[in-house]
Amino acid sequence: MDSNSETYILEVENLWKVFAKDKIECNLYDAAAVGKLEAAGGVVAVRDISFKIKRGEVFVIMGLSGSGKSTLIRCIPRLIDPSSGRIMMNGDNVSEMDQEQLTEFRRTKAAMVFQHYGLLPHRTVLENVSFGLKLRGVEQKDREMKAEQAIEQVGLKGWEAHYPSQLSGGMQQRVGIARALVQETDLLLLDEPFSGLDPLIRREMQEELLRLQEQLHKTMVFVTHDLSEAVRLGDRMAVMKSGEFVQEGTPQEIIMHPADEYVQRFVQDEQKIALMMEQDNKPSNVRTLPVRSGGCSDKAVSGTRR
Amino acid sequence: MFPEALEYHVAPYISNFVKWLLHTCGPAFDAFSNSLITIMVQIEHGLLFIPWWLWAIGIMFLSWRITRHIGKTILPAVLLMTIGMLGLWDVAMETLSIIIVSVVLALIIGIPSGIAMAVSNRVNTVFTPILDAMQTMPSFVYLIPALMLFHLGKVPAVVATVIYAVPPVQRLTNLGIRQVSESVQEAALAFGATPWQLMKEVRLPLAMPSILAGINQTTMMALAMVVIASMIGAGGLGEKVLVATNRIDVGGGFEAGWAIVVLAIIIDRLSQGAAGKFDNTNIQR
Ligand SMILES: Nc1ncnc2c1ncn2[C@@H]1O[C@H](COP(=O)(O)OP(=O)(O)OP(=O)(O)O)[C@@H](O)[C@H]1O
Ligand SMILES: [Mg+2]
Repeated sequence: MDSNSETYILEVENLWKVFAKDKIECNLYDAAAVGKLEAAGGVVAVRDISFKIKRGEVFVIMGLSGSGKSTLIRCIPRLIDPSSGRIMMNGDNVSEMDQEQLTEFRRTKAAMVFQHYGLLPHRTVLENVSFGLKLRGVEQKDREMKAEQAIEQVGLKGWEAHYPSQLSGGMQQRVGIARALVQETDLLLLDEPFSGLDPLIRREMQEELLRLQEQLHKTMVFVTHDLSEAVRLGDRMAVMKSGEFVQEGTPQEIIMHPADEYVQRFVQDEQKIALMMEQDNKPSNVRTLPVRSGGCSDKAVSGTRR
Repeated sequence: MFPEALEYHVAPYISNFVKWLLHTCGPAFDAFSNSLITIMVQIEHGLLFIPWWLWAIGIMFLSWRITRHIGKTILPAVLLMTIGMLGLWDVAMETLSIIIVSVVLALIIGIPSGIAMAVSNRVNTVFTPILDAMQTMPSFVYLIPALMLFHLGKVPAVVATVIYAVPPVQRLTNLGIRQVSESVQEAALAFGATPWQLMKEVRLPLAMPSILAGINQTTMMALAMVVIASMIGAGGLGEKVLVATNRIDVGGGFEAGWAIVVLAIIIDRLSQGAAGKFDNTNIQR
């Protein structure tokens, strides 16, 4: 193991996912062949994506609906099998694991939180949270003890015996997060975990996640279509469009230097807020970052130039 | 008139085939028949061993647990008493023992094959048209193969009843499993569930209401078929109806018919109630 794989916990290299009726046999780097695939009704959901994530980092993937975010994040634990590419986790090649190794990987290396919670409706909060440990064969007493801890961490103490249908959306997602935390994995995969929640609860959950992150220092891949969420949570982020990363960087870099029209549309509002804040209280790092004139909408640009 | 020259009979071939089958697999059929008879006799003895008042108490107890309603608790027990008062107690127990054996066999066949249909699309495409055909066929038809292989008596009656009663539970097991939410299954897989764990911890429990509805339907089908199977010697209440019909004995026919209806009502109520108790998917407390 070289020093590289020490710093980077997750490395995704040249990942492709094509949804097609038949088996894909063409060379994915032959543009004409891929075009033919798409013409025949195939969907290229993930197109040659590479990225690396350091230990303890929160990496946000942002993009509009249908840009391939869910497909990409599901390729990491191979809930969807990638068409091509390599996924390395802690120096282990996930893409080459057999079924048994993969099950082990999902049990101990990566835990996932879903937009629609994916809780078991016939199990109580306590049973839902300890579900992953049960799959691993942990004794009931031990797994309930650990689950209790996680339930307390997400602020649901006292709700252990309730069923998911008795909880609000926000509380259900807390159960979803506790279920992931109890796995004690290095990597957390979150696919739009807060998208189904109303804005106030969403804000609360984001703060909760930040608080947990301060204690736990997990590595996270966080999918969202909400830029303010990305800015609040992300150490680094990538903007995704029709299966590709159009830009990758810190949230600030992306707000201040949108790479193209698509990213620009995302960051407009955030830029305005940043400018307003700048006018209100002078010391702001926004000023030090010159806005790229080309891709910016007129208002934002004229605002800075003034 | 259809020209006689074009007439062609397959009956001799089929008879010969069955003869050959019985000749080659005779001991196996005999062993199957004998063990089935033994089991049925044991169950019948068991049912008759329980005194009538214990039956009444038992049924009231179950009804109370399911309904928590005084009227709905007492009524089934009173109905059951009417069977005894009509002098049909022993005969009803004979029918009940055939139903129990048939339903158990139907579930042993139906639930695993329903699971197989849910797991494999290929198995599903093979079974679906067969089940469709089985459900459109009149119940009398099932008597023929049973009769061919096991002649007359309780064993062919059970065989015909089982064949007739399997489709609902098989269908509803398959349907119930296929209807389990994709997102719940995906979450279980993401946490490292093996296919077996997924079935045991997620798919089967969530399919349970559907499976129980299937068990209820299978039981009701078995009851209907046991009555018809009296034509090939099932005995029990069906035979009473059959005899009464042949003698144009309206009163006797009514009494036996009444007993069948009472059995049907009690079995239906109890199994539906049990299904409701097990319905664990939308728990609201
Ligand atoms: N199983 C599938 N078969 C065929 N096409 C699929 C499948 N799953 C996803 N797609 C397609 O892949 C593309 C990317 O879908 P994906 O769900 O990853 O997008 P997303 O960015 O997560 O969108 P959203 O914000 O709506 O969740 C879409 O065009 C979608 O139609
Ligand atoms: Mg998605």
